[in-house]
Amino acid sequence: MQKRISTIPFTDTPEQHEKLLAVIESLKNEKGAVMAALHKAQDIYGYLPIEVQKEIARGLDVSLEEVYGVSTFYSQFSLTPKGKYNISICLGTACYVKGADKVLDRLVAKLGIQPEECTPDGVFSLTACRCIGACGLAPVLTVNEDVYGRLVPEDVDKILAKYTA
Amino acid sequence: MDMVNIKINGMSYEVAAGSTILEAAREAGIDIPTLCFLKDVNQIGACRMCMVEVKGAKSLVAACVYPVNEGMEVFTNTPKVQKSRKMTLELLLSVHDRKCLSCKRSGTCELQKLCNDMGIDSENRYEGAVPAGKKDYSTLYLERDNAKCILCRRCVAACQQQHVAVIGANNRGFDTEIGCAFEMPLSEVACVSCGQCIVACPTGALTEKDNTQQVIDAINDPEKVVVVQTAPAVRAALGEEFGMPIGTNVEGKMVAALRRLGFDKVYDTDFGADMTIMEEANEFIDRVKNGGKLPIITSCSPGWVKFCEHYFPSLTENLSTCKSPQQMTGALIKTWFAEREGIDPNNIVSVSVMPCVAKKFEINRDDEDAAGVPDVDISITTRELARMIKMAQLNFARLPEEDFDPVMGVSTGAATIFGATGGVLEAALRTAADVLEGVDHDNIEYKEIRGTKGFKEAVYKVAGMDVKVAVVSGLNNANELLKKIESGEADYHIVEVMCCPGGCVNGGGQPIQPSTVRSFTDIKALRAKALYDEDAAKTLRKSHLNPVVKECYEWMGGEPGCHKAHELLHTSYVKRDRF
Repeated sequence: MQKRISTIPFTDTPEQHEKLLAVIESLKNEKGAVMAALHKAQDIYGYLPIEVQKEIARGLDVSLEEVYGVSTFYSQFSLTPKGKYNISICLGTACYVKGADKVLDRLVAKLGIQPEECTPDGVFSLTACRCIGACGLAPVLTVNEDVYGRLVPEDVDKILAKYTA
Repeated sequence: MDMVNIKINGMSYEVAAGSTILEAAREAGIDIPTLCFLKDVNQIGACRMCMVEVKGAKSLVAACVYPVNEGMEVFTNTPKVQKSRKMTLELLLSVHDRKCLSCKRSGTCELQKLCNDMGIDSENRYEGAVPAGKKDYSTLYLERDNAKCILCRRCVAACQQQHVAVIGANNRGFDTEIGCAFEMPLSEVACVSCGQCIVACPTGALTEKDNTQQVIDAINDPEKVVVVQTAPAVRAALGEEFGMPIGTNVEGKMVAALRRLGFDKVYDTDFGADMTIMEEANEFIDRVKNGGKLPIITSCSPGWVKFCEHYFPSLTENLSTCKSPQQMTGALIKTWFAEREGIDPNNIVSVSVMPCVAKKFEINRDDEDAAGVPDVDISITTRELARMIKMAQLNFARLPEEDFDPVMGVSTGAATIFGATGGVLEAALRTAADVLEGVDHDNIEYKEIRGTKGFKEAVYKVAGMDVKVAVVSGLNNANELLKKIESGEADYHIVEVMCCPGGCVNGGGQPIQPSTVRSFTDIKALRAKALYDEDAAKTLRKSHLNPVVKECYEWMGGEPGCHKAHELLHTSYVKRDRF
């Protein structure tokens, strides 16, 4: 799936920025530095917005496109921030045949965001994931550490309400 | 040279050790089809078009990257190989828009040729999902249509070779697409507009922005006086579009064609190049005398200028403030020519034919409007001129040889060699040596700075001063040199930079030669030779001896560098971001 790009304004703390610069400094002149820098930057910020990727490109003296190309190739990199509550819906085989796509449609409609996006208020983010090993509960979704199973689309409203209350 | 013995299709050959199967087979008279391969630019074995059988190998191997070894037996024409080639092509076609009839690259498309050669009998063997194929029409100079892209990455490699690298493969698998970081349009990244990606592209995915209709409309407008100028490198390559050998100088036929297309005046950018030399030599002498910024760096190449602005903003003060020959010629068309002919500059349409797509960007820069209107209104490439000639159904080979119109059609050999790397500097040295020493030198060939090497340097004694010069072409070479200049490690007086490897003869607007030709022929050397031959055959070979140049300065009321020359023929630069 094509990576989604964040439209939410980037916020950076001096501590985070300092950490990022230190990471870049430690990787200068190393082979494969882009990959390592992206990993560590994602640890610091939770995702890899353009501001962070530019800093990496400038620091490692590579083109921004090279950094972006790597960040969109590997699935572990995210270009969108996670919300306070990250909703992860399983689209693995069992969940899918049990109607996970309908649940996802409902989530998209209610939240107004696509998978790999975050709501503008930063409360919810949505991830479509692969099998999480809870096929007996299919279709299943998690909100941070909470698991919800045997879902029908209507359940979505109740679940969201719990976290917006 | 170490040799090894191999067999190709059962026949024995002795071939150079270290060569690839592709190269060895080529020596034996057997072409192996390729798509992603572009020698010295892109050798990644990605497209799988060149698969051949090697005895003992488990599977087919990619001939473009697989080295030969002693006793190797290669088969290039087995049913297995043919089946693989066909399937590769059919799979490419399954995600291709297949609109060949309306494609600008029809006839020069490498994918189309291979489908023909391999006898592809169904262009939709594999039906199914087709990626949308993004289109990027954001810039003034080129267009990308990913519906025609085969992901060979030749454009990406060409861009990297220019040290620009603003395009690359984004996303993964079926979603893979060539584009810019964060899916930005090309107009918003630090693309220098050189167009080397276009001439690297095997298909119609990358093309110049076509401005031919604007030119045709202007010609058909009875109110407008349409004046055209052609850059030196165009005459050295245009013939290729009409089946002539690489390196044929078609100046006379080109002029005849332009006249028959309906241009009111056919002028030579070479005249502007002579003016550039006068102004630039003067600027150099002035900087030496008055402690100005050195080295002075040439500013004829708009791709290079944009590169400098994005990547070395600290060196923009080193750039000569001289406009490029295109802009000087344009400025003088809208001022001098307008005044002589009594035409309102607003009624003149100034058209340029260039080997370059960056020129389309340059005409829209600030401070390129001597008469308060753009110096050049429309810039078209060599390829677009060929398109106009074909559209008008002119039989190019049978056209007579004609001369440029007076007065801006008069030029010198010094200007002609502007089209090749080292030419601008040589032209400048010819004039500087004569003017400063007050002698009409006979020895005017500066051989050390000729040739297609990416980096050249020399020291010349001019008027008692040791002048240290450097010549680079291709932006990777420019980048290396500029880093040294920036750090103070290099202390040249004059530096010539051309954006494209080999200079304008190899520009992004020139006729496109397929990888099969580009990989094994030094195109830039052949085209450059056409220009050096023309220079050698000319009686006038020094810019300051051009009588029209003298006339022009009389009109401006002074010498090179005079007030009016500054007003009309100089420009300014900006600092741009890299990211």
